[in-house]
Amino acid sequence: MSSEIIRKYFRRDMMPHIFCPGCGHGVLMKDIALAIDRLPYDQNKICVVSGIGCSARASGYMDFNTIHTTHGRAIAVATGLKVANPELQVIVITGDGDAAAIGGNHFIHAARRNINLSVIVFNNNIYGMTGGQFSPTTPMGEYGTTAPYGNIDQSFDIANLAVHSGATFVARGSVYHVDQTVRLIERAILHRGFSVVDCMSVCPTYYGRKNKKGSAVDMVAWQKKNAITAKAAAQKTPEELEGRFIIGEIHHDNRIEYTDAYQTIIEKLRGA
Amino acid sequence: MNNQLELMQGNEACLEGALAAGMRFFAGYPITPSTEIAERASLRLPMVEGKFLQMEDEIASIAAVIGASAAGVKAMTATSGPGFSLMQENIGYAAMTEMPCVIVNVQRGGPSTGLPTSPSQGDVMQVRWGTHGDHPVIALSPSTVAEAYELMIRCFNLSEKYRVPVVFLMDEIVGHMREGVDRGELGKTPVFNRAYPTQVQEGWLPYHAEGPAEAPALPPFGLGMKYHVTGLIHDERGYPTSSAEKASALVTRLMRKIEDNRGDIITYEDAVPEDAEISVVCFGGTARSVRRVLKKAREAGIKAGMFRLITVWPFPEEEIRRLAARVKHLLVVELNYGQLVYEVERAARCACGVHHIGKVDGTILMPDEILQKMKEILEA
Repeated sequence: MSSEIIRKYFRRDMMPHIFCPGCGHGVLMKDIALAIDRLPYDQNKICVVSGIGCSARASGYMDFNTIHTTHGRAIAVATGLKVANPELQVIVITGDGDAAAIGGNHFIHAARRNINLSVIVFNNNIYGMTGGQFSPTTPMGEYGTTAPYGNIDQSFDIANLAVHSGATFVARGSVYHVDQTVRLIERAILHRGFSVVDCMSVCPTYYGRKNKKGSAVDMVAWQKKNAITAKAAAQKTPEELEGRFIIGEIHHDNRIEYTDAYQTIIEKLRGA
Repeated sequence: MNNQLELMQGNEACLEGALAAGMRFFAGYPITPSTEIAERASLRLPMVEGKFLQMEDEIASIAAVIGASAAGVKAMTATSGPGFSLMQENIGYAAMTEMPCVIVNVQRGGPSTGLPTSPSQGDVMQVRWGTHGDHPVIALSPSTVAEAYELMIRCFNLSEKYRVPVVFLMDEIVGHMREGVDRGELGKTPVFNRAYPTQVQEGWLPYHAEGPAEAPALPPFGLGMKYHVTGLIHDERGYPTSSAEKASALVTRLMRKIEDNRGDIITYEDAVPEDAEISVVCFGGTARSVRRVLKKAREAGIKAGMFRLITVWPFPEEEIRRLAARVKHLLVVELNYGQLVYEVERAARCACGVHHIGKVDGTILMPDEILQKMKEILEA
């Protein structure tokens, strides 16, 4: 099964990949391929758009119409691609810095428009490509190469940011929870509207080392121990939820998708 | 009186020309004095099943344009100085990835927020050098409303042919001016569409170019030929590489696409009589004052001419070099502190005197001011 997924969806002539040993991004990249494999879409109509950073390199390894854009701009490029040809199935791979810092404005406005893009965030709580600077999802008090005395910035919850900006399908997965994450990505791609899956990755090289989180295995084991479903979390007090993270579907609703709304204008004019 | 004569604004003509060129995607952000282009795009595009997007900023606008171009659709944006500054990184990305697109910059007074509703030609050098690294650029500039229409078709043609971002360097003078145009005379420029294979062939290399100064024939996304696009230095497969040899080959080809095809790209208006002692060098809306100057100069017994750049970049070096050998003086007339004049000096190679008259106060150069400068030069 694994080799078949690799043969069908990955550019083997691009390997070896650049991800560090123990990096969670490879697992998440495969999760996307597994999700696509469960869907009826024509591979030739699927586009994978990425920004800049470790996460962004994933697009190059995947055998679709792929575009590795500028830092933070993946969602904006994907918006143009999708509006220009709504037949294309457009998946965005982005990181925590790419999506929530430099690309934060595009993230919230694409959510507001409810344009049919599936945004898969490889969230490793750090800027890995540039060597371990704190990111918008680095928890307060933790360390990065630019937070030598501890991070004093409040961190973003990317899923909450998506919900409150108008995204119509929002979920969270993790490197440990492969089956659940594959299903969440599958549902995100199927969803007709702006969908976000905030995937908790692990960066043992920088985030782990800077914050004494142990090995890659320790970091993945932490995910196993601390993930909690939204349903179970609802029964807990804020104290009991301290340090834990919600996994699974977080938000789902339906409102008109952007390219559909645009099409109604075209049809109205055609009839006039 | 021709009954087809229509009163049209420069900005409107620009958008209508784009539609005639087959533009079907516009993404932009409101900014004076370019906003009428976006307004007209929002009105007209859905009528022809095209798409208009008002994005959250200019960075998103140019990014969306690049996305649309990857889908094979002729795409554009329109902005002014501050917005044009914001677009620079992605203009470089379009140059590197060879994604055709057209960026209209209706120049206004700067620096910074400057004089939003006033004319300027202060972006000459930003157009050429605004983004980092060595990269090709084409910029055309109109001086009349009818020309704004026609040149937009040419902007798209050049963009599709050489797969480069093309800047339409307008100014507030032409953008906000209304002139009577004969609809029947517009749109005579033949339309060029990008070429690409439609079937997968064994060993196909998306970024392979047929010659050292050619563009690759990248197909639109979704046709069945899956490939990778990146702003990193890439090989013919489109894959990132740090090979010195491949980096040099790629950047050299990108530059040669424009350098080797100057003859095809450069157009100008040579209104310099054989006996001219002095010639103005100008572009865009400023040429309108210069036309008046030529008339007045003749009345005053001055043998003057005008060389108007229609293609501002690549700069018509050879043409200016030849012109410098024909006259005693070149007077560069531009609405800035002196930008184009550096290129003219470089191209003239001291074959004649090179002078400059500019303005940065948000008003236009009046014919009498230019004429006065001409007299001073000739009397010195």
